[in-house]
Amino acid sequence: MEKRVIFKGWALPLALLLPQLVITGVFFFWPAGQAVYQSFLREDAFGLSRQFVGLENFADVLTDPTWLDALWRSGFFSASVAFLALSVALFLAVQADKHIRGAATYKTLLIWPYAVAPAIAAVLWLFMFHPNIGLFGRMLNAAGIPWNYKLNGDQAMLLVILASAWKQVSYNFIFFLAGLQSIPKSVLEAAAIDGARPARRFWTVVFPLLSPTAFFLLVVNLVYAFFDTFGVIHALTQGGPGKATETLIYRVYTDGVMNLNLGSSAAQSVILMVLVIALTMVQFRYIERKVHY
Amino acid sequence: MHGPLPLPAADVDALARRTRARRRRETLLTHASLVLGVLVFAFPIYLTLIGSTHDVNTIGRGDVPLLPGGEAIANYAQAWSAGGGRYMGVPAAGMLANSLVMALLITLGKIAISLASAYAVVFFRFPFRMLAFWLIFITLMLPVEVRIIPTFQVMVDLQLTNSMAGLTVPLIASATATLLFRQFFLTIPDEYVEAAKIDGAGPLRFFKDVVLPLSVTNIAALFVILFIYGWNQYLWPLLIVNDRSLETIVVGLTKMIGGGDAQNEWNVIMATAVLALLPPVAVVVLMQRWFVKGLTETEK
Repeated sequence: MEKRVIFKGWALPLALLLPQLVITGVFFFWPAGQAVYQSFLREDAFGLSRQFVGLENFADVLTDPTWLDALWRSGFFSASVAFLALSVALFLAVQADKHIRGAATYKTLLIWPYAVAPAIAAVLWLFMFHPNIGLFGRMLNAAGIPWNYKLNGDQAMLLVILASAWKQVSYNFIFFLAGLQSIPKSVLEAAAIDGARPARRFWTVVFPLLSPTAFFLLVVNLVYAFFDTFGVIHALTQGGPGKATETLIYRVYTDGVMNLNLGSSAAQSVILMVLVIALTMVQFRYIERKVHY
Repeated sequence: MHGPLPLPAADVDALARRTRARRRRETLLTHASLVLGVLVFAFPIYLTLIGSTHDVNTIGRGDVPLLPGGEAIANYAQAWSAGGGRYMGVPAAGMLANSLVMALLITLGKIAISLASAYAVVFFRFPFRMLAFWLIFITLMLPVEVRIIPTFQVMVDLQLTNSMAGLTVPLIASATATLLFRQFFLTIPDEYVEAAKIDGAGPLRFFKDVVLPLSVTNIAALFVILFIYGWNQYLWPLLIVNDRSLETIVVGLTKMIGGGDAQNEWNVIMATAVLALLPPVAVVVLMQRWFVKGLTETEK
C-alpha cells in the first residue's frame, strides 16, 4: 500500500532518514562487511601480516570437531528451550483463557517475567541450584543425588535450559493468549454441541487455529535460544564445565574476544549470519501470508 | 416427529448434579494449574528477596532461609553505596544510574529516529526511497551477536569504547520500530494530508500537529518494549565497557558472582539482584496495557 497524497521535496525526507542510515551503515553494514572480508584472511599471531586464504577459514571451522560439537549442542539446547517454553506457555494460556475468577490477576502474575534479563534469570536459578547455597541444590545432594552443575556437564546443560526457558514462557504466554482470544466463540460452541470433549475440542479445533501463532513463536524462540541466551550461559557456566554448555554464539565470543582468533571468529560469524538470514526469511514468508495491510 | 426424550425428573436432577460437580472439578483444576504456574515464576524471586534480608554467614553456611531475616537494611545499604562480592567498590547506585541512562537513551533514540525515517518513507517520494527502507529492514538480520569482533573494531577506531555514546548510539538503529510506525502511518487517511496542504501546513507542521498526537499510544507501547530491551543489554556493555564508572547493573551483578564460589557475599549479591530486577518489572506491571499492545503489534 502506498499513500496517494504526499508532500513534495527530497531534501527533508533524506535529512529525516540520515540518522538511521548513518547508524546502520557505520555499525551494521560496515562491520558485517568486515566480518565477510576477514573470514577470507588469516593473520599471524602478532597481527603483523595478513594473507588471503580463500575459504580455508570456513573449511577449518566446518571440519573442526569441537565446532561441530558446539553446533549439535546449540541445536539440542535451542530445541529443548523452545519446546519447554512453548508447551508450558500454551498450557498456562489455555488455563488463563477459561472463564474463571481472578483471570486478570493470573495474567499479570504470569506476564512480568518478560522484564527479567536473561542474565538475571540465570542468577536467580543459580541461587536455587547452587550446590552449596541453593535450596534445591542442597536438597538434591541431601537426597543422595550428587548435584553440582559446576562439575557435571549434563547438569550444567539442564540448568541453562531451565533458566532460558523460564525467562521465555511469559513472552509465549502473551502471544498464545492473544491467539486464543481471537478464536471465535461460536466455533467452540459448535464443537461442544457436537459432543466433542474438552481435550478433543482442543486438539481438533483450537490447536489448528493456533498453529500460525505457534509457528511464529517457534521461530522467535529458536532465535532467542540461539542468540539471546548468551547472558544466561555467561552468567551461569561460562560455557563450562569443559565445553559442556558452549553454544555457537558463546564459541564466537571465546574465539574472538578471549583467544583473538580473528579469521576463525569472522568465519563463524558469517556462518551464523547465514543462519539468521534463513530464519528471518522463514519468518517473513509466513508474515507475508498472514498479515495484510 | 421426534420430540425431546421424556426423561424421568430424577434422572434430570442426577445429570444436572453430575454436570455441576464436573464443572467444579474442572474449575478447581484450572485454578490449581495457574497457581502452580504463578509459583514457578514467583518462587525464584521470593527466595532472592528472602536471601537479601539475612547475613552473609547464614547463606554461606547453606542454611537457605525461607522466612525474612533482620539484615535487610544493612544489606541494601551496602549494595546501594558500596557494592560487594567479587566486584568490590562498585556500588549499585552508580550501576543503576548507568543502566537507567543507557535504557532511556536507547529508547528515546530508537523512537526518535524511527519516527523520522518512517515519516520520510511514507509521506514523501524521493530517489532510492525503497532502497533506504530495505537497508533499514535488513538490519533485523544482523544482530550484535553475529558481528561481535568487527563491530568492536569499529568502536575502537571511532574511540567510542568506554563511553555512554558507544554504549547507546550503535543500538539506536531499529528496524522493528520503523516498521511499526510505517504500518501505522499508512493507516492515516489521505484526507488529513490534503486538509493540511489546503490549510498551508508544511510537512514538519503536519508531523507535529497531526501525526505525533495520533502516534501517542504506539509510542507508549514501544517505550515499554524498548526500555526493557535497553535495560537488559548484556553482551554489548560487556564488550564495550571496562571502566567501572560506566558499569551497568546487569553486567555488574554477574561480575559480583564471578565463578560462583560458595564463599561470597551472597546477601549483598541478592540485594543487588533485587535492585536490578525492580525497574524493568515495575515498568511492565505499571504499563501492562501498553506493553501487551506493543509486544503483539511490533512483532506480528
